Parts: sequence; structure tokens; C-alpha cells
Amino acid sequence: MRDAPAAATPERAGFSPARVAAIGLALVCVLGLPFVASGYQTFQLSQVVIYAIALLGLNLLTGYNGQISLGHGAFFAIGGYAAAILIVKFGVPYGVAVPIAGVVCFGAGFLFGLPALRLGALYLALATFALAVAAPQLLKFKAFDAFTGGVQGLLLAKPKAPLGLPLTRDQWLYFLCLGCAVPLFWAAANLVNSRIGRALVAIRDHPIAAETMGVDAALYKTTTFGISAAYTGVAGALMSLIVGFVSPDSFGLFLSLSLVVGIVVGGLASIPGVVVGALFIEFVPNFADRLSDVLGESAKAMPWAIYGILLISIMYAMPSGAAGAARKLAQAVVWRRREK
Amino acid sequence: MFAFTHQVLSGLAMGGVYASLALAIVMIYQATRLVNFAQGEMAMFSTYLAWAMIDAGAPYWLAFFLTLVLSFVLGAAIERLVIRRFDGAPVLTVVIVFIGLLVIINSLAGWLFTYSIKSFESPFPDTARFGAGYISPHEMGAIGVTLAMLALIYGFFRFTPLGLAMRAAAQNPISARLVGIDVGRMLAIGWGLAAAVGAVAGMMAAPIVYLDPNMMGGILLYGFAAALLGGIDNPWGAAVGGFIVGVLENIAGAYLVGAEIKLSVALAIIIGVLVARPSGLFGRVIVTRV
Amino acid sequence: MAALLETRGLSAFYGQTQALTDVDLAVEDGGVTAVLGANGAGKTTLLRALCAMTRREGAIFFDGKAFNPKAAEDAARRGIAHAPDGRGTFLDLTVDENLRLGAYTRRDRPGVGADLERAFAYFPRLKERRGQQAGTLSGGEQQMLAISRALMLRPRLLLLDEPSFGLAPLVVKDIFRILAAINREDRVAMLIVEQNANLALDLADRAYLLETGRVALHGPSSAVRADEAVRRVYLGY
Repeated sequence: MRDAPAAATPERAGFSPARVAAIGLALVCVLGLPFVASGYQTFQLSQVVIYAIALLGLNLLTGYNGQISLGHGAFFAIGGYAAAILIVKFGVPYGVAVPIAGVVCFGAGFLFGLPALRLGALYLALATFALAVAAPQLLKFKAFDAFTGGVQGLLLAKPKAPLGLPLTRDQWLYFLCLGCAVPLFWAAANLVNSRIGRALVAIRDHPIAAETMGVDAALYKTTTFGISAAYTGVAGALMSLIVGFVSPDSFGLFLSLSLVVGIVVGGLASIPGVVVGALFIEFVPNFADRLSDVLGESAKAMPWAIYGILLISIMYAMPSGAAGAARKLAQAVVWRRREK
Repeated sequence: MFAFTHQVLSGLAMGGVYASLALAIVMIYQATRLVNFAQGEMAMFSTYLAWAMIDAGAPYWLAFFLTLVLSFVLGAAIERLVIRRFDGAPVLTVVIVFIGLLVIINSLAGWLFTYSIKSFESPFPDTARFGAGYISPHEMGAIGVTLAMLALIYGFFRFTPLGLAMRAAAQNPISARLVGIDVGRMLAIGWGLAAAVGAVAGMMAAPIVYLDPNMMGGILLYGFAAALLGGIDNPWGAAVGGFIVGVLENIAGAYLVGAEIKLSVALAIIIGVLVARPSGLFGRVIVTRV
Repeated sequence: MAALLETRGLSAFYGQTQALTDVDLAVEDGGVTAVLGANGAGKTTLLRALCAMTRREGAIFFDGKAFNPKAAEDAARRGIAHAPDGRGTFLDLTVDENLRLGAYTRRDRPGVGADLERAFAYFPRLKERRGQQAGTLSGGEQQMLAISRALMLRPRLLLLDEPSFGLAPLVVKDIFRILAAINREDRVAMLIVEQNANLALDLADRAYLLETGRVALHGPSSAVRADEAVRRVYLGY
């Protein structure tokens, strides 16, 4: 076996035995866990994958493109409801319903992105915050009750594994989510490392300079909104499948805020970070629930207290965010070169 | 006709709550160019403090004024201990900090006071004096308290040296420093005042919407709508906006969209103002220089 | 005569960029010192450094004692009033409110009242516009307001940043005439940064010429005025 060229390109230097072992172990865990874990635990792992997809969507918009959204739970809801309505009211097979939900959300995101173009960062945060607070009520709008199921929402049947595969429903759904996540992550990674990705970052950091260099900021920004909504919408659709129902009150403000916590904890503008963020927002409330058995009902308040403290501490430690830290590093390099 | 008048008058009562909250939001916006997303939770927490005092046996108005003082202190403390450390940070960072504050205060209330809904007494007697049936004593009292507070705040900023110094510090911090004003102290006082104003909103709202950690979520939204409608850099616009939003909410809820989705009215106002006329009804059109 | 204000080795920085290097400067008690130089020479930076508005190194002495301001408020509290470049007017407040703010650090209310009348005596136009929003005043009136606001502090030292900027020649002459009167009658020392070298040298008893952040020339204003290079470049003859 030929050794990878050592000094040529730094990115290629990674095929050391340790790294291969680590990747192998990760693969074994990711693929094998559902077979050793309980049904509920597998369900939790599916949720992690789903949150990771949702966080990826939000991170593309807020982390990479600098458009603050405090209301991404709304797209999660649209995706979930779109899929549920298609499956329950129109009998669409779930394999088709999920992608359609994604497309619907792309449209919704793009449409929201259009007026959002005129809003500065703070006002966009305000508008999306309003969307998040109003979302549960909007979903209860009487006129749409026939489709949305009103306050009770809609019940879905959890899909069985196809082709008689020896998988439980939880296991099948886990692999379904994973199967959706892999291409989505691959696409996002490619997008971020491409010319388009750099344009997005340029728009975030130096919007005017980007425009003068010929970047059509408006098109990029609305499209990013659409893509971001699509990702989160697909996550919402998958969530409706694994949970088995959608109801207005499961899509409140705190869902949107959880997503924000996820990308901050995982790291803004970081793709691997969304996995960390997803694990975090999945298991911290769980952990607190367990504690509340010991410490009493009020321990339910704990996850959000932890979230809040983390949000402020992380922002304090890295006030300009990952971008600022990277920029400071670059500046330090430039100054050192000048002194030589 | 009776129903319509009743809707309008009730709307004015809640409108007073929205006006107070909007005023608090605008006060902080004027001084810092930031929107305090945690204003609602701060008001809710203050209301719980009042509840605790009343529960311990204190007379209502004593608890009311003590709550104002405590809220002032807490508001100033938050500015000094948390917000000040993020002076000059990018918008995204500060927004996240505000969200952090929001959830910390919310969970603190849940932990200290539990999530069960509590009732909060109104200081205004049950026996309706005038306007019997059109408006409840509490609603009338709420409008009165709101107007009294608005007048006091106006007088403070317009006629006192400290109020003048705070206005100066908000408008032109550099020049304010040059005449010897401690701009940092003005900011802390501003936050304290805003917190106290928010507390009034909470205490007037609680008898109507009941006391629970999530009571202020929707009200905050109306506060934002009011502030934007009036012009986010105009405190009196915000107050007027509050009353307008209160009435609109009721009218739209009763005759247009149904009471269950009244919040969509707030959402519509917010998006509408931001897209069509960002300076609101009375605010100043700001031109950003490239 | 002991200097009211003295700097030794004063340097100032904007971030990584050094804008002032090693400036030694003095203002006599009750005297007027002019600071001349082209755009970007560091004149405004000098005034900013004195008020802790930008990072600095070096020593400052005020009234014989070390003066180490940490924030701009410290200057006002010591009795140094600064009328900054661009006037620094509180545009949304009235003329009256602007003036009262100048006296913010003072405790003597009757004294403030008297000084207000004094300001109106020097600048009758301000009295006419007393209740008007300061943003509606003309450039010249805003400059008068800036000077008056600074005087409301009853300062020992007045820092003036380009009082002639953007003003018509007649208005400028008027303002400088009044500055001379203020210096004479109220014994207020002044440090004036100016591009209009002629007027500045007329008013001042000492002058400093700054070039790219350093003192290129200094001395009594008559000597500076007579200097060949100054005459050619800054005075135009």
C-alpha cells in the first residue's frame, strides 16, 4: 500500500492508523448502536440525527450567512405538518412526503427571505422571534382545521421496515434519518467549501464589499434562506414520522430557541459542530428530567438555566464568534509578517 | 354597540400594558440601539416578586412600590454585570446574550415559584364605579396607573437634570462624556428604570392573564408590535402604539380572525411595519450611509 | 510663568497606528496656544489624547499635578472643557438644554445661571434661539453653542478643535474676536487646533506646528509666524 504523500497537501496527511481507527469506531457506533440499544434509545438517536439536520439548516443561514433566525422552529413545524398532511390526508407514501415537505419549506423560506432582505440583523431577529412566538397559534387557525387537525393535531402511523427487512420500526426509522442526513451533510459541506460558500461568508462579514465585487447578495441571501428552511423542514418531516404525531404546541418558542442553543454550543459556522449541538439539545433536557426525579419538580427548569448560562458564557469567551477569532488569528499572522 | 365599546375599552386596558412594555423596550433601544428580548421575562419575574410579598402578607401598594425598587436594582445589575461586558460586540452575539438572559430568568422563575398558575389580585375594588359593564374596575385602574406612570416618566426626562443627562448620554455618548457625564452609570440607571416600567406592565397584566412563568411571551410580542408601530426610537410613539395595538388586538380578535389566533395580529403588525415603514408612525427615518 | 497644561513625550495611537509621536507641549495659565498643521498631522488626535478618547503613552501635567485620565469624563471633572471637531452638539436637545449640560458637573446653581447670561451676552444669537432644537441652528451658531457649552463648565482650560471649520469668513472672524474677549475677561486658557493659521496665530501667544504626528516647530506665535516655511506653506505668502 502506498503511503499518502506527507508534506505535499496538509489535508491529505490524515490517513494515519489512529485516524482510520477513530473513523472506523465512529462508523461502527453509528451503524451498530441501534442493534444494542433499546427501542427508546434508538428513538433518541434518531432525534439526534434529526436535530443535526435542523441545526445544519440553521447554521447555514445564521452561522455562515449571518442572517439571524430566532424562529426556525416555524420551518420545522411547516415541514412536520406538510409531511403529516400529505401522509394522513392525501395518502402520499412517506418516502415521497418527506422530500416534498423539504421543497415546500424551501419555498416558504425563500418567500420569507424576500422581505427579510430589507431588515438589518436586529430587526430580522425581531421578526423571526415574532414568528416563533406566534407559530403555535397560527397552527391552530380554525380555517385550516380540516388539514391541520386543529389543537389535537394529526396522528401518523410509524412506518414499518420495507422489503421485510429484520428491523424494528425504531431501527428502520433511525436508518431512514441517517440515510437522509448523509447526502444532506455531504451537500452542505460541498456548498460551504465552494465559491458559493465563500460568497455567503463574504456577505456575512463585508456585505458592501461583497456587492461591489459582483456578488448578487439578494439572490444568495434569499436562496440561503430557502435552503436553510428546506433542511430544517426535512428534519421536521422526519420528526413527525418518528414521533407519530404533530400538534401545534410542540412547535413553540422554545423549540426555536433550542435550535439557537444547538448551533451556538456546537459552534457557529461549523458543520461537525452541529452533531455536538444536536447531542446536547437532545440529552440535556433528558438528564434534567432524570434529576427532577431526585430534586423535585423544579429541576425541570434546569436545562434552560444551563442553556442560558452557556449561551452567555460562550458569547463572552468568543465575542466575535468563530469568524472573529479566525480573523484575529489571520490579522496576527499578517502583522507578524510585516514586522519581518 | 355595547360589545364594540367593551372591546375598545378592554383593548385600552391591555393597551396600557403593551404601552408600558413598549416604553421599556424603547428606553433601552434609545440608549443602546439594542432590543431587549428579555424585557418580558424581567417583567414577569418582577410580578412574581410582588406576588411573593403579597403572599407573605404585605399590603398591595407596599408590595407594588417595593417591587419597583427591586426591579430597578435588578435591571441596573443586569446591565452592569452582563450587558456591559458585550459593549461593541456584533449584533448576533448580543442577540444571543439577550436570549440567554430570557431563558435564565424564565427558568429561575420556574424554579423559585414553580410552573403552576397563580392568581394575582388586583388592587382595584370589585364594585364597579362608573361605566358599569363596559369596563371592569381593574381595567380602568390599569389604564389610570399606566397614564400616571407615563406622565411621571415624561416629567422625569423632560424636567430633571438627571433625565436630561440620560437623554444626552443616549443621543451622543461622546459629547456626554465631554461634559462630565458618566455614560456607563446613565446606562445602568436607564436599564433600572426600564425594568421598573416593565414591572408595572407585569403587575397590571397579571390579574387579567394570570401569573405563570410563560405569561409574558405573547405580551412581549404585542410590546414589540407597539414599539415598532410607534417608532422604535420614540418613547411617546411607543406608548400611543401600545394603546392602538391593544384596541386592534381586541377588534381583530372579535371580528376578524377569531380570539384563538390574536397573536397573529402582533406578528402581522411587526412584519408589516418592518417591511413597509420601518420608522413606524412617529419615528425618524434613518438613512444608513454606505 | 508656570504652565497650566504640559505634555511630555505624548504619543497617541488608533489601534496599531501611531498618530502622535513624542509631543512636548505647554499652555500657560490664562494663555492661548495654537496647534497648526495640515490634515492628518495629528492635531485632533492631540486633543483626543488629552481627553482619554484614544490610547496614549507619555505624561500629562495639569496645574502642576500629574493628570492621568482614564475616560473622557475625567477631563471635564478636572476643569478641562473640550469643544470637539464637528461641534459635538446634542442635536435633538434645545439650545438651553445643551448649555445646561455644559454645567452638569457643577453644584452652584446661581453661578450656573450667571454663566448662562454671560454666554448669551457673548453670543446674543444663542439667546434668540434659546428654546430651539440645536440641530436647526446654522453652522456658525452651532460653533457658538459648542464654545458656550464648554464655557459653562467654568473651565481652567478650553480645548477647541477647528472652530473655523466649514464657516463663512465673517462668522469666523466674529468667533475669534469673541474668543479673544473670553480669554481676556474670563482668564480662560485655550488650546486651539486650527487649519486657519492666520487667525490662530493672531489669537495665540504660543504656537506649535505638527507634521505627521511630530512637533516640527514651536515658539511664540510671532516667531512661528515669521518662519519662512510656515509663511510659504501655511500662510500663503
